[in-house]
This record gives sequence, C-alpha cells and structure tokens, in this order.
Amino acid sequence: MKNVITKLLALVTMACLMVPEVLWAAGGGGDAPIVVVADTRIVHGILHYFSNLYNTNLLLFAIWAVVLTAAYGGFLGLIMDKLMGLTGLDLKSRKIVEH
Amino acid sequence: MDFLANANWLYMYMPIAGVKIFWPGLVLIGFSVGVIGGFFGMGGAWMVTPGLNILGFPMAFAIGTDIAHIAGKSMISTMRHSKFGNVDYKLGFIMLVGTMVGIELGAQLIMMLERIGKVGSVVRWVYVGFLALIALMVFYDYYKAVQKKKSGEAEGDRGAEGITWYKALHRLNIPPMVHFKTAGFTCSAWLPIMVSFLTGVLAGFLGIGGGLLRMPALVYLIGCPTHIAVGTDLFEVMISGLYGAFTYTLKGRIELVAVFVMLTGAAIGAQIGTVATKYSKGYGIRVAFGFAVLGCMVSIILKQYGFTNSATVLILGTISVICIYIMKIMFQGAAQELREKRRTEMLGS
Repeated sequence: MKNVITKLLALVTMACLMVPEVLWAAGGGGDAPIVVVADTRIVHGILHYFSNLYNTNLLLFAIWAVVLTAAYGGFLGLIMDKLMGLTGLDLKSRKIVEH
Repeated sequence: MDFLANANWLYMYMPIAGVKIFWPGLVLIGFSVGVIGGFFGMGGAWMVTPGLNILGFPMAFAIGTDIAHIAGKSMISTMRHSKFGNVDYKLGFIMLVGTMVGIELGAQLIMMLERIGKVGSVVRWVYVGFLALIALMVFYDYYKAVQKKKSGEAEGDRGAEGITWYKALHRLNIPPMVHFKTAGFTCSAWLPIMVSFLTGVLAGFLGIGGGLLRMPALVYLIGCPTHIAVGTDLFEVMISGLYGAFTYTLKGRIELVAVFVMLTGAAIGAQIGTVATKYSKGYGIRVAFGFAVLGCMVSIILKQYGFTNSATVLILGTISVICIYIMKIMFQGAAQELREKRRTEMLGS
C-alpha cells in the first residue's frame, strides 16, 4: 500500500512539473511566427484529412502526431521483435563486459 | 541522375512542408540513424537534421520532423534493449524530471540571450567545447583502462576501468538513497536528478536532444555500465522526443509523412544497432562514441567558418563509416553465435 502511494505521489509530482513546462514550451509572446498552410488541393484521402486538420486545429493535429508516432513506433517494434526472433539469435541475454 | 530525376515514383509530396522529397533518402537516413542511435543510445538529431536539409527540407521542418522520428525510433530501440535487460526504468523515470526541467530552463536561457543579442556563435562554441571535453574524456578513459589492464591492476566486477568519478559521487549520502537494481548500484536520488538537470540545461541551451551528453554522463557521473547507459538513455530520449514532437507540432513545424517514412527505415536499423551492443564490449561502444563525437565537433567548427558543404560531407561520411562498422559487428557476432549454436546442437544430437 505504502509502495503504491509512493508511486502515485511520484506520478503526481511529475505531472505538476510537466504541465507548466508544456505551457512554457508552447511559447507565447514575442514576434508573430510565420504561418505555414498545408496545400490540401493536391492531396487525397487520409493525407487530405491530416493536412486539413493541420490548417484548422493544430492542437488536435499535435495530439494525433504524438499518438500516431508512438503507435507506429510500438507497432514496428513488435513486428521487428517477431522477425528478429525468427533469426534464432538469443535476444534475451547478453554479458556486460566493459573491457 | 537523369533516370532518378524522371522517376516520379521516387519522390513523395510532403503536404505541410510543400516540397517533394526523395523518399529512399528518408528511409536511408532513418536506417543509419537507427543503427547508430540503437548502438550509442542517442537520438541522433545532429546526424538527421543536415541529412533532411540536404534532401530539401526547410530547416525548421527538419528539426521538428527529426525530433518526432527520434521519439518513434527510440521506442523501437528501447523495446529491444529492454529485452536484453539494458533499461533501468527507475533510473530513467527519476532522470526524466531533471531532464525536462533542465531542457526548458536551457531553452529559456537561449531566448534570454537572443533578446539581448548575444546568441550568435556563442551556442556553437559552447557546443564545440562540450563535445571536445566528452571526446577527451572518452579517449582518456580508454587509455587509462588499457594502462590498468596492462599493469595487471586489480579489476572490479566490470573489468579494468579508466575514469571512475561515479565512485566518489556514489559516496554522497544525501537522502533519499535509492537502489537501482538493473544498473546495479545504490546512490542518492539527487545524483541522477542533478546530472540529468545539468545535461537537460545544456541540451535546451544547445538545441539538441541531449543523448550525446547524457550517455557519457550516465557512464562517468552516475556509474551505469555502458550497455545499461545506452538502453536507459534511449528510454529518456523516447519520452523527451515525444514531448519535443508535441511542442514542435504546436509550432506547426513537423512533416508527419516524412516521420513515418523514416521510422520504417529506422525500425530495421534500430534492431541492428541494438543487437550489435550484445557483441560489443563496453569500451568498444565508448571509443566508437568518441569518434562520433569528434566527427560532430569538427563538422560544427567547419560550419562555423562557413564551410557548410564540407561540414555536411563530413557528417554524412562519419555516419556512413560508423554505420558500416556497427553493421559489421552485428553480422559477424550474429554469424558466430549461430555457428556456435549449430555446433552445440550437433554435439548434443
């Protein structure tokens, strides 16, 4: 129980530190930035959806960008894990030899 | 080259950056950075950004796209390193807090310097200074370790080691004391927090991910064995990369299509680089890292004096040589392991 509370407290502390960082990092103030507009006239399908989202709702686009990058990275990691497993190599152990 | 220029299928339109990019180049960049990043435990922004710029990406998009791709690639490498037992998650999470706060402070310092007109080449020379220090440290460490081994000095459980600053830092008795099971040592929690905070400030100040600084810090200041420093650093790069991807996307400077194309190459490269660590001794990784750092440092000096093309050629040349070296380690090691496995099976039957 004590362990769980300690871990929860650690997570809450991390969240409290990260929220102001995100606000800090999002910028604000200073000169107006150059606005980039995605050309949605020549793309179709899913590319059209995301290009349009980029133009209209950058926050949602940012959330999608992070989620899709993490998801695709995880998916590729799993696939490559399976493929590497077929090579017959021992992928679960290694010796730590520094010198 | 005419054949390549007329082959439209080799070019992919990037809807946000508004440019057509040679996509095999993206796959190749992703692959080589995957190999190197998986082997050294870093994101590799210093390698990717010039590569993307050469392919035709505007610089602001090159940086943002690079950070997002690094997050995904580091995830793939971390998953593989984790299977080897190379990731100390407890250490990674504790360092994350220091890293994130440090990066933001570093970025704010830069903006403050910018406002008073003092950024200029200060950042580049600070970067060069730190890279020189790291390279010197790595080669001196190797030299000392070789001398100790030759003189037959008593070895610890990790073999002969050169620089052992972490031993003194582990004796700091500031609570809370934490035991890091995977890394195999106990120290004050403030040690990894302060080290990650300092490397974070430097990273934010220099505008880099920080893996290049954090990996040697994990080895020399925190005392991680090299393989665990590589894996744990990649875990950190993954989290800070996702965070960086989010903030850069909020600024509108990311090309998601390019990220996915590079990740496809990186998926294969990361496996090769990570598995290569299995067949490499810790000092082999450290020395190769030292050469990578030297290459990066010289290319920045060249850029500083206006030799941009030479800097790019040097970086791409360094990446290619190191990538081939790591692939050689992996394929030779894997072939040897499979041969021994077959021999054992034949003897058994």
